Amino acid sequence: MPSLQSLRRKIAAFKNTQKITKAMKMVAAAKLKRSQDRILAARPYAHKMRGVLSNLSQRVNRTSHPLLQKREGKKIEILVVTSDRGLCGGFNGNIVRKSSEFVRQCEAQGLSVNLSLIGRKGRDYFRRRSWPIRQEWTGIFDKLTFEHAIDIGGDLTENFVKGTFDELYVVYNEFKSAIQQRVIVEKLFPIDAAAEFGAAPSATGQSAVGGSYLYEPDEGELLNALVPKHFQIQAYRILLESAAAEHGARMAAMDGATRNAGQLIKKVTLYYNKTRQAAITKELMDIVGGAEALK
Amino acid sequence: MAGKILLEVVTPEKLLLSQEVDEVIAPGSEGEFGVLPGHCHLLSSLRIGELRYKTQDAWHYMSILWGYAEVTPAKVTVMAEIAEKAEDIDVGRAQQAVEKAEQRLQAGGLPSEVKEAQISLEKARLRKKIADRAKKSGHA
Repeated sequence: MPSLQSLRRKIAAFKNTQKITKAMKMVAAAKLKRSQDRILAARPYAHKMRGVLSNLSQRVNRTSHPLLQKREGKKIEILVVTSDRGLCGGFNGNIVRKSSEFVRQCEAQGLSVNLSLIGRKGRDYFRRRSWPIRQEWTGIFDKLTFEHAIDIGGDLTENFVKGTFDELYVVYNEFKSAIQQRVIVEKLFPIDAAAEFGAAPSATGQSAVGGSYLYEPDEGELLNALVPKHFQIQAYRILLESAAAEHGARMAAMDGATRNAGQLIKKVTLYYNKTRQAAITKELMDIVGGAEALK
Repeated sequence: MAGKILLEVVTPEKLLLSQEVDEVIAPGSEGEFGVLPGHCHLLSSLRIGELRYKTQDAWHYMSILWGYAEVTPAKVTVMAEIAEKAEDIDVGRAQQAVEKAEQRLQAGGLPSEVKEAQISLEKARLRKKIADRAKKSGHA
């Protein structure tokens, strides 16, 4: 039987932990609100952009711009988006599992796979297992700005043009609601028709037929500006999705932890009181017994 | 009017407008262009300017500061860096911005600064113009 003192210590420790998880939950909730607003605001623009680009990819001559090329996919790259911090439930675990699975699938088909990683957690995981990592970005989620997206988008477009990879997939958590995230595998390079993206713009049916676009100013100039921008916007959206999802996941995880701590405290306190009472009763009986014996 | 065309305006901040309209006139970088339902496919960049669209015989105005427009027969998608509906522009602030930009332009400075001041003046004037127009049509 544990001593009363050690029980008291245990209760105090649980209470401390509970305080911390509660505070973390509050912080996550505050951050969630902000990042949720950001992603909800950024989504329409990004989706429209993707719609335009996928429309465009059906009509434009693919060789007309280096970023629109479609090469036989031999070299695959996977961009894995995890968080920088832990204590957010299955957030990173789900991503890592899905990516490993995906890598194995690709390797089974005889494709060479490289990884690019965003977020400290994913980097630590894949580095420990010495997977081939091409590029990594860490510590960007604390202060997420569009600059980061420009940086990442720029790196990706540059390497696609250089031929470092032929296809790029992104694995990330999509923000569904404050308590729900969804692991998404999305193809970013090369740009494909809308149907393959999962999103279904309304005009796809009609746009399958018809001539090519008129461009204003000329085609090259316009594509030069528009296509890189598309990738920046998509990178930005993915980062925002992941950030919002992370805070949501953390909030849920910390809420659960706080509740579990509460239950534990209740249980141990009950046990503590029972033990204490038992000791008192025993002492009383001793005294009564002693008094009896003296008579 | 035969058909309608769906006009959608998005900015990085939000979906500003999604509406069936009769006609759109947009500030293309090579000059304004009008779009009626059934327009052929067009992809154009936009400059600083005024976007007009007509619904039920009333024109509505919107300021556009750079961006792109994709036109398909049934739909116009405008992706603007910054866009504001005329009704949302604060006339007083727009007026202030015009004055501030004019001062900056007069103050002179490095060529890059002057260029910047010119652009902000152009932006400010445009917003002012559009805001005034909305006011007028509101009173009429």
